This record gives sequence, C-alpha cells and structure tokens, in this order.
Amino acid sequence: MSDLFTPEHEQLRASVRSFVTKELAPHAEQWDRDESFPREIFERVGELGYFGMKYPEEIGGSGPDALADVVVIEEFARIGSGGVSAALGAHKDLACLYIYNFGTPEQHERWLRPSLEGKAIGALGVTEPDAGSDVAGLRTTARADGNDWIIDGSKTFITNGAWADYVVVAAKTDPDAGHSGLTLFVVDKDTPGFEARRIRMLGWRPSQTGELSFSGVRVPDSHRLGEIGGGFYAIMRNFAWERLCMALGAVAGATRTYEMAKNYALEREAFGRPVGKFQVWRHRFADMATRIEAARALTYRALRAYVEGEDPIREVAMAKLYTNDLAFQVADECVQIHGGYGYMMEFPAQRAWRDTRLGPIGGGTSEIMKEIIGKTYGL
Amino acid sequence: MSSWPFSSEHEELRAQIRAFVSKELAPHAEEWEEQGDFPDLVFTRLGELGFLGLSYPEEYGGGGGDYLCNIVLAEEMAGCLSGGVAMAVAVQTDMAVPPLYKFGTEEQKKRYLIPAIKGEKIFCLGITEPDAGSDVQNVRTTAVKTEGGWVINGRKIFITNGRRADAMTLVARTDRDAGHQGISLFVVDTDTPGYKVERVLDKVGMRTSDTGEISFTDMFVPDEALLGKEGEGFYNISWELQGERLIGAAGTIAGARRQFEAALAYAKERETFGKPIGKHQVIRHYLADMATEIEAAQQLVYHAAVLVNRGEYPVREISMAKLLTGEVAWKVSDRTLQIFGGHGYAMEMPIQRAWRDTRLIRIGGGTDEVMREIIGRMEGL
Repeated sequence: MSDLFTPEHEQLRASVRSFVTKELAPHAEQWDRDESFPREIFERVGELGYFGMKYPEEIGGSGPDALADVVVIEEFARIGSGGVSAALGAHKDLACLYIYNFGTPEQHERWLRPSLEGKAIGALGVTEPDAGSDVAGLRTTARADGNDWIIDGSKTFITNGAWADYVVVAAKTDPDAGHSGLTLFVVDKDTPGFEARRIRMLGWRPSQTGELSFSGVRVPDSHRLGEIGGGFYAIMRNFAWERLCMALGAVAGATRTYEMAKNYALEREAFGRPVGKFQVWRHRFADMATRIEAARALTYRALRAYVEGEDPIREVAMAKLYTNDLAFQVADECVQIHGGYGYMMEFPAQRAWRDTRLGPIGGGTSEIMKEIIGKTYGL
Repeated sequence: MSSWPFSSEHEELRAQIRAFVSKELAPHAEEWEEQGDFPDLVFTRLGELGFLGLSYPEEYGGGGGDYLCNIVLAEEMAGCLSGGVAMAVAVQTDMAVPPLYKFGTEEQKKRYLIPAIKGEKIFCLGITEPDAGSDVQNVRTTAVKTEGGWVINGRKIFITNGRRADAMTLVARTDRDAGHQGISLFVVDTDTPGYKVERVLDKVGMRTSDTGEISFTDMFVPDEALLGKEGEGFYNISWELQGERLIGAAGTIAGARRQFEAALAYAKERETFGKPIGKHQVIRHYLADMATEIEAAQQLVYHAAVLVNRGEYPVREISMAKLLTGEVAWKVSDRTLQIFGGHGYAMEMPIQRAWRDTRLIRIGGGTDEVMREIIGRMEGL
C-alpha cells in the first residue's frame, strides 16, 4: 500500500467500494444496454458526500481532501462502466471544479452547492467539432450586449451534455486576442437558443455524451465564470487534475479488468488445466501485472507532486499517456483470454474493451500527450 | 519536483558519489573498455570513501545509512559509463557481501565483511553453474562433510569478479536427497587449494568485467566456512537474489535515463532537412515514449525500494522492477542508437557500448522469463 493514504482513507475506500459493489456495479450491463442510467444516482452519490471530497464544507463539500477524492475516483472505476464513472467524474471533476476554482460565492451557491448534493448535473463544454486540445482554435463566440453576453457556436463530445442542467462553456470574447480572448460562461439548459443532442458512441454508452449548439444564447454577466479573457488559463490550470483523474481511473480500471481476466483464466479449463496455468498466459499476466504496478507508481508520483502544490505538467502527461494506453491493452488481453465469450455482448470483457478505447483519445490524445512531454524537454 | 523518496542526506551523498564517479571513473571508461578490464584500485578507492558499506552498521566500518543509500550508489555508478565496472561494484555491495552480514557469524563478519567494506577484499558470488542458474535447487556443486570441514567439488560459470575476487560466497549442495533443504552457503577464500579460475569469458558487452568460470577440485574448507545454517542455503540465496535484482533494476534504469539524456541532447543538436531532428515529430514522440517508460519503470523501482526500506520483503514488486527496467533499458538503448544513426553504430561513440551492455540485464540475475514465472506464480497462475 502506498504511503500516500492514511487509515481514514482506507476506511473511506471500503465504504465507497461497498456502495459501488452493491448499488452500481450490478447494473453496469443494463445501463450500457440502456445507453443511460438513472439521474437519481447523482443524488445518491451526493447524499453520501462522494462528490464533495475535495471541496470545503462551507460550500457543501466534505473536504477539502484531494486524496479522499482520489479514493473515490479509484473506486468508481470498479463500477465496470466507463460511461457511468465518466458521467459522475465529468460532473465532479470538470463542471464542479471549474465553478469552484473560478466562481464567485454567489455562483458557488447557485451551481456548486446543488451539484455537490447531486441535485444538479453539470457538464464542461470546451471541445468543438473543429478544435479539441487545440484550445486556441475554438470558434464559439460570446459577444457583449449591454450587461449580457450572446453566445453562438457548437460544442461536441460533451460528457453529460445531453442531460446536464448547466454547462460551463468556453467561448471567444475577443476573436483576435488568441489565448487571451477566451472566457468561460455558465449556460443553464433551459436558456433559449441552447440545444443538446445525444451522440451514440462505441463505448461509454451511459455517459449522456452530447453535441451542443448555441444560437444567440443570451446570458447575463453574472453567468461569466472568472475574468474576461481568463478562459485559456483556467482550462490549462484544470488540465492537471483532469488528466490525473483519467490516469487514476485507468489504473484502477485496468486492475479490475486484470482481475476479471485472471479469475476467468483460473476457472476455464482447456486440455485438462486452467488456461491461466499455461506458461504463455502466466507470462502475459505477469507482463500485465508489472505494467499496471508501474503505471500506478507513475501516477502516484505525479499525484504526490500535485498535492504538494507543484504543477507537474510532464509527469501528469506521462501518467495520462501510459495508463490509458495500458488500460486498453489489458482490456484487449481480457477479451483474448475469454476467447469466444470475450466477443459476446453478454460478457463484460467487451465493455471494458470498448470503454477503455476512449482513454487514449479523451482528455487529450496520446499523441497530444507526447507533444506536451516533448515540449517539456525543449523539443 | 520533490525528491521523493530521497531525503536531503541522500542528495548530499549523491553529490559526493557523482563527483567521485565523474572525476575518477568516467574519464577512464574508454581505456578500460579497450583493455577489457579495470584496476582493483576502483574497489580500494570506493572503500576508502565509504561507498562500499553505506547501509551497514558503523561497528563494521559501514555508513549506518538506510537501504536507499545503496540505491543512490547504484544510480550514480551508472555515470561511470562502463556497465562492467558498475556491475562489478554492485556484486560487491549488494550481492556477494550482504549474505555475510545477514547470515554470518561475528567471526565471519570480522574476517570478511569488514575488509569487504574497506575494499580490501573483493567478492564474487558463486551460484550459477553450467547446468543450473535460476534453478538453484539443481546446483551440482557438492560439499561433503568431513573431519573439521567440508570437501567441495564442482564448477561455477558466469561469475562476475571471477578472476580478481579474494573470496566467494558459494552455493553448494550438502545433502543430495533433501531437495531445497539440501543446499548450503559457504564463504571461501579464492586461494584455497583446489579453487581454480579456469578461464575468463569473452562477452559481447560488459567487457570491463572479469567474468569467470571456476572449478573446485577436492577443495577442503573448514567448518567456519559454512555461512548460515546447513540446509538453509536455498532460502538464504533467495533472499540475496532480491537485493541483487533490485539494485540491478535501480542501476539499469539510471543508465537508461543517461541514454535518454544523450539521445535528447543529440536530437537538439543534429540537424536534418533544416531543423534539429528532435523537432521532427516522430523523433519527438520517440523521446516522449522513452521518457515516459523510463519514468514508469523508475517509479516502480522506487516503490519496491521504499517497501524494502520499510522492512518488507516485496518479491513481487522486485521481480516486476527487474523485468520492466531490463525491457525498458534495452528498448531505450536501441532507440538511442537509432537516433544517433551512423554515429550510434560507430565503435568510437559510447552508444553501441550501452546497447551491448544493456542486453545483459534481460539475462543476468534471472532472465525476463524467470521473472515472469515468479510474478505469474505469485499472481496464482
């Protein structure tokens, strides 16, 4: 066990795990078929305080303790549904975190408090059809009109986008100012001119991922989050946590998938013995276990620096890259060990395989991570 | 970045070792490589400076430090630019000598441990035989009890420090029918009658290291040569192998990081098609991959080292660290050679040497395949 966590964290882990095992994991398959899950799950998670670990009590949180939040992230990966853990995570670690970090006390009351209670669902809208990690290339605009702002444009691949009560939107307030022309706004779902459409996906099916359009969406200045022109900086600042979350989830998910594969390997017999006892499989499991352990050590290294107040850009990018590439490889091995059953929709291996394929794409692709890492070395 | 898991004392030690390595070892790397040898003086100097006994108690001349001090030494020794020299020293500090401290009598500690820490007695470790390596229970060297001692017959191969050693920590079978429990350890002076260095092996890499094949013919050793209890050799050498593998992993990944740094510097300087090659995206991504894999393997080594430092016996994590560092270092050395292009292939550059030296890591101390067997079995497979 890592020395990062205290005995209290381990108690929390046991509680979250028990909740996940009893109330979420048994429904993972059905929710995947439904391509949705009950909104009440948000309220239940809110009631248990699991959205609020890194937020202070005065705004409805149960912290602040970033490592307690890490425990929640790791255990939510055991739901066995990338879509559900992504939806809960996009709410807790993207929407809520932006409001907390850049919002005024009034904005905290209006959006953050109900979010931590699970009564409002949030989404973050940065990516657009023509720009993702290339944040400076965003085209959605917000034009000042008296005391209001008029937002026009579109966003896509927005987790929770299709059912969110509000969306934190990045829009250009000064199209000629490059990085410093980007500003954040909160848009409520019932605002005229705002529309959301579900996107069907290969994996992460229950995540309510949507495409959003904004046609003359009018919001008052009280919906502006942070400084005018401060959007780019805000996005950059939150990337570290977002990517750490993805790395933590990937390692915990890979561990779970590995266990699923190993259990099957010990149960299924061929030629008179469990398939896991054949040397080739023993070695493939050894390779997986080794890389999972290294991935966890790498992620905890970045996490340790992050909680000590550093901005470990390089280490976070490495962790995001390594863990998400690995999680997919482990899921692919999991499909392989299951043979024909691995290919069947009634077995969970294929879901892990489809869900983990997003890891090397979302939150900045593996190629973008390599660009970032290369840049930190002056390349 | 915070320097976890190291303290400021570790960092001071690191600076001292680094100064020594860069002044007294690295400048001779080329010359020693050409000779296929290095002077015993290296041990003497390391001993004088206290680097051979960093974590042993002061009463034996040690530095009284913790296990992480050994990791620091292994990491800094990678800077000597000769895998063979670093390996020879690691055999002394973390392979052949630790069993003397852990299992030896006071008398044995006085006679062997103290001079080993001073660098006055060079050690080698006799496990591997022509027909048994990681499969320790199949060693065929026998020690037969006789009046006042033991008579040893057999043969050992791939023995690092095999020509220069003053003493050997030896694994032999003391009971033919007792399986695991028929193995014992001995500490043997190499000038004992019947001890013979048959030859020094010619190797593709690690060329400064004197790797020997050694035979024992009716070699009599006194009762005091038995190290630890009779019949416990298998367990005791399994303990030794954990330290061997983890120190190997630490040195290996430190070497890989040096390779990466050399590749990075070259990628910034060498131009093709009007820009430094590192500014071509594919090379940039090669380097990003190398750095990421090094960091992951490095953190796995630290994770295992912290567990050891806490007094745990993390066979699983050590085996993983040994496996992953070897694979990563080998891949990194090959990518580095690729980035250096024709220069990487030229004998006048040290790049090819690292490539040759690194290849051993996936074989020595237990092959990749043996590591996977251990890990897989510990996973219940």
